[in-house]
Amino acid sequence: MNTTDKLLSVRDLRVSFRLDKKTTFEALKGVSFDIEREQTVALVGESGSGKSVSSLAIMGLLPKENASVGVGSQILFQGQDLLRFDAQALRRMRGHDISMIFQDPMTSLNPLFTVGSQIAEVLRLHKGMSNSEATRRAIALLDEVGLPEPAQRANVFPFQLSGGQQQRVMIAMAVACEPKLLIADEPTTALDVTIQHQIIELVANLRKKHGMAVLWISHDLAVVGEIADRVVVMRHGDIREAGTARAIFESPQDAYTKALLQCHPPLDRRPRRLAVIDDFVNGTGPAAENRIEVQRGFDGGETPLLEVRKLCKNFEFREGLFGKRVLQAVKDVSFSLPKGKTLGLVGESGSGKSTVGLTIMRLHKASGGEVRFEGQDLLAMSPAQQMAYKRKIQIIFQNPYASLNPRFVVGDILMEPMRIHCIGANDAERERMVLALLDRVGMPATSFGKYPHEFSGGQRQRVAIARALAMQPEVVICDESVSALDVSVQAQVLNLLQDLQDEFRMSYLFISHDLAVVKYISDQVMVMNQGEVVEVANSDEIYRSPQHPYTQKLLGSIPRGWVHSH
Amino acid sequence: MTTSTLHASTHRSSPGLWTLAWRRLIGDRVAVISMTVVAAFLLLTLASGLGLVAANWNDEVAIGYARPAFLGQSEKNKAPDAAANPQAKPTELYPGTVKDPLAAEMAELRAALDGKVGAGATASTTAVLASLGMDDIKVVDPLEKELAEILANTQVVVEAARVDTLFFGADKWGHDIIKKVIKGSETSIMVGLAAALVATLIGTLFGAISGYYGGWLDDFFNWFYSIFTAIPYLLLILAIAAVLNQKGVMTIVLILGLTGWTGIYRLVRAEYMKHRTREYVQAADAIGASNFRRMFVHIFPNISHVSLVQLSVHAVGFIKSEVILSFLGFGVPVDKVSWGSMLGEAQNELILGYWWQLAAATIAMAILVTAFSMLTDALRDALDPKIK
Repeated sequence: MNTTDKLLSVRDLRVSFRLDKKTTFEALKGVSFDIEREQTVALVGESGSGKSVSSLAIMGLLPKENASVGVGSQILFQGQDLLRFDAQALRRMRGHDISMIFQDPMTSLNPLFTVGSQIAEVLRLHKGMSNSEATRRAIALLDEVGLPEPAQRANVFPFQLSGGQQQRVMIAMAVACEPKLLIADEPTTALDVTIQHQIIELVANLRKKHGMAVLWISHDLAVVGEIADRVVVMRHGDIREAGTARAIFESPQDAYTKALLQCHPPLDRRPRRLAVIDDFVNGTGPAAENRIEVQRGFDGGETPLLEVRKLCKNFEFREGLFGKRVLQAVKDVSFSLPKGKTLGLVGESGSGKSTVGLTIMRLHKASGGEVRFEGQDLLAMSPAQQMAYKRKIQIIFQNPYASLNPRFVVGDILMEPMRIHCIGANDAERERMVLALLDRVGMPATSFGKYPHEFSGGQRQRVAIARALAMQPEVVICDESVSALDVSVQAQVLNLLQDLQDEFRMSYLFISHDLAVVKYISDQVMVMNQGEVVEVANSDEIYRSPQHPYTQKLLGSIPRGWVHSH
Repeated sequence: MTTSTLHASTHRSSPGLWTLAWRRLIGDRVAVISMTVVAAFLLLTLASGLGLVAANWNDEVAIGYARPAFLGQSEKNKAPDAAANPQAKPTELYPGTVKDPLAAEMAELRAALDGKVGAGATASTTAVLASLGMDDIKVVDPLEKELAEILANTQVVVEAARVDTLFFGADKWGHDIIKKVIKGSETSIMVGLAAALVATLIGTLFGAISGYYGGWLDDFFNWFYSIFTAIPYLLLILAIAAVLNQKGVMTIVLILGLTGWTGIYRLVRAEYMKHRTREYVQAADAIGASNFRRMFVHIFPNISHVSLVQLSVHAVGFIKSEVILSFLGFGVPVDKVSWGSMLGEAQNELILGYWWQLAAATIAMAILVTAFSMLTDALRDALDPKIK
């Protein structure tokens, strides 16, 4: 290849952030990669790998006050070094030659302006169009990104659109000036799987049509496999491996790349234990255990431990002065969960799957139905009666950054439920129990006196799991418990949950939007859509032959990665 | 939590968020300077409260409206004709100690009569004296006792000669303004801090209940809040003053505290509304923590920085409010001094050109309020949980 084919060349990019007077954090330690014209390059890595910092550096959006770029670093865009541009030149370039879409469209759009006017503004600024001209073009763009009734939609405010539609608006804005490079920073991470599928297709089509190059930043190798020509794998600010998608997916050379490819639960088989990064990076290779496959499923003969009958939950909103609007979040949901088994609950956002979990815990007040635990209806009990049952059903939340009180040390977080439920005779005994718990979830004893913010996401989720375990529960509700974690950490936590289930014979209600994870860990899978259960079946069965059209649509949207799309 | 002492023995606890906030505060130069200034004021106030300094502020040590030393004596005082301005120089009318006006006459009498029986006295006189059992004449001053009393009582006043100038001048009665400012700070700062404490306590409690429970309790507190804020501020203060019906420092504290909680209530309520749906509170619910525990053990430490900053903001505001109240005459009783009452006095003096009382009280207040405000800002930055 000769240099004229290169649209963007990043050369030895070093970025460091000053954290305080003494310490600096090296976010990028000399990163180099190229993007050719009309090529899709994917930057893949887990949190802290530096992939987003790279995109911000290209856009010239690094925070001025504490970020510094290395002396020898270059970002050549059509032969010009973007790092030497002044603020005005950068502004002209941004949006016109290089534009960007972000993870969360809701926060990227200004809530006070209509979407049409926000797109028109870009056109007026960069193309010098008149008002009416820009508005016409904005409507044409909304049509191009597949928004139905674009002329009407141009006049609505961002909050009146769904997440997927907002992301379409963002894309329309980004391609408005026909940029040569589109940077997409985790553009589908906040979206449901069916919407994600549509957005990936949309970006691919726009790329072809406008002849853009795309820099796609993602943590999800399955998504990347569907869209990328070249893949750059990053970790801790370094490039671990770069190459064509074929090379990366079919014959990865780097241990970390190999690990990433295998950490995510596979759809076609169910190993006893998921591979984790350490298996590969330490050079030991996947453990023998990873090859042992297990069969799962309900056989129908089990006695139910937790039985939910016709559970309903309505949310009421005031509308106008006297009006009332009722949203039926959960409609007549029934299921039963035997001892030691896992029931997976999948659905997209708004399907009511999390509400089911919270209503069973009585964290939401149910509008109707029964929740029977060992034959006792929990919903009919007084709060005092329910106390005895509270410790039997526990919950692990999605976000370990939010579910641990930041003002408590880990020891207090774990000892509090024991104190409330009088587990252990005194604090000294409880302390011993807490240390045993920490050890069981793979945390060092020194974490006892530390605060949650001193730990990584995976470690925090271990603490949250230990808190649930502290009460020796029989049912654990995992509400998107691994969704916020990096894929390698997710594998570790899933392995831990599986080990704990085998050891203590707990039952899990595993709520998630990630179909692969649910298939991996569940015996039975329940699919929810708009508050209703549309299908229940053993997990292998439901993935092999989905019956309900919604289930089929959902399963059809799972990113298949490299193998299936090329 | 309470157990930190327990496991301090076995596990080294990490520095808590308060410790980290304190370190950030110490690292901030502005914060350190303003903290030093505030601390100096508080120490001075404490010292004057204990009577270590400015205990004798009520002494009339100078002439009325004595000028600050750096301005020198006034032209009038320099004039030789002191009688033209008798009030200005009381010391000249009574130089030295009080004297017996009849002393010369008494001495003469004594010289003429004392012990003069033998020499030139008539026989009849001697006989009369002898019949009375006396052998000699002794002259006695009939007013001697009263005179001694007068001398004893007036000595002090006369001894302390009034000065012409003081470092920062004197007020109408000749009180030292510097001492008055120090003594005044005692009232002003006490009122500011105590009233802010009362207001923060009420505001936080109401806000916590209202924001945490929501529903009809929230509606009730919002009605109460709306009524409270609908009444004009001064009218409300007058109404409470009328109900309490006595002047005093405690009354001002109550007035300011009972009217000042509204802003804190709104902020704390908003914080509780935000936090009650957070996952860590739901997690606390899931493990069976009671409402009280969730409100004050779980949520409160996470929002306490709001209350603390509001406490500090309101302390500044109430120091100023006390000044206004005293200025308007609803403030401290006349036997006490505060910066507000000083400013109140100054409004009459200013017309006559005696500006130093006003200046002293204003400068003291300005320094304290500025330092306190800057400390509050630094405190807010240091406690902001978003800045790690």
